[in-house]
Amino acid sequence: MKQPEPVQVIKKRRDAALADLVGGIPYIGFLGVTFERRGDELTATLPYGEHLVGNPILPALHGGAVGAFLEIAAQVELGWQTYWPQFEAGATGPKLIPKTIDFTVDYLRSGLPRDAYARAVVNRSGRRFASVHVEAWQDNRTKLFAQATGHFLMPQIEV
Amino acid sequence: MNDMDKKAKVARQFIAAIPHSRALEMRVDTVHAGRAELSLPYNERFVGDPESGVLHGGVVTALLDTAMGTAVVSHPQSMGGTATIDLRIDYMRSATKGQRLRAEAECYRVTRSVAFVRATAYDEGDEPVAAAAGAFTVEGVKP
Repeated sequence: MKQPEPVQVIKKRRDAALADLVGGIPYIGFLGVTFERRGDELTATLPYGEHLVGNPILPALHGGAVGAFLEIAAQVELGWQTYWPQFEAGATGPKLIPKTIDFTVDYLRSGLPRDAYARAVVNRSGRRFASVHVEAWQDNRTKLFAQATGHFLMPQIEV
Repeated sequence: MNDMDKKAKVARQFIAAIPHSRALEMRVDTVHAGRAELSLPYNERFVGDPESGVLHGGVVTALLDTAMGTAVVSHPQSMGGTATIDLRIDYMRSATKGQRLRAEAECYRVTRSVAFVRATAYDEGDEPVAAAAGAFTVEGVKP
């Protein structure tokens, strides 16, 4: 019988695949977005930074920064799921991030000056198009401060 | 200085005071009575696809959102600040690498609590990069 892979080997491969997918995108680095992985589940974090503020009096996060954070979370989730079988097969190489067709953001509360988190769900992914929903919160997981739905073009390149 | 010039000045100061807009090096090109034109320079730090070098959609979102907010605060009926309630963006094509990104926003209707805004983003060409429609809060309405 085939032995299961050692846990360190699996973790190392998956973490490397995630770093590969996210690491090459300068704008993700500029905003400061990071991703945490539990198996195949991803959580995006937007660590608070002064450069993200849109209303210095309140203060509140900029609507554009929040929108961008949600779009990144949605895109990376879709890319991650699309390439997952290839990652698991040990394939490496350049990965295309899905292109956004449209993105609708629902601002539910003003973004407080602290870290924000987001998780995305791919509601449908076909050969050409995908629909992704993403939810973001700060202190309380059940009190979303923003949510969004977007449509994406599926990346057409094999790893 | 008449009322509209004052509003335009306030709108410029409003943008200059926003850290995120400063971080993206946004500039107010024109602002007048519910219309605003903003732009930002190409920057390699804002790239979304390293292969092609094009700006990330999030940069387009931030510029459109700011231009739309500026259009709201510059509207003759609006008396205060604003916040985004809802924003939809359609991406028609990628912004050309190395070119400035520009957004034109128009606040076409203000009610007691909501401002309705549309906007279009361009690079240095005439074909739109993205289009946006949004609803913004209104704080204090001039009758």
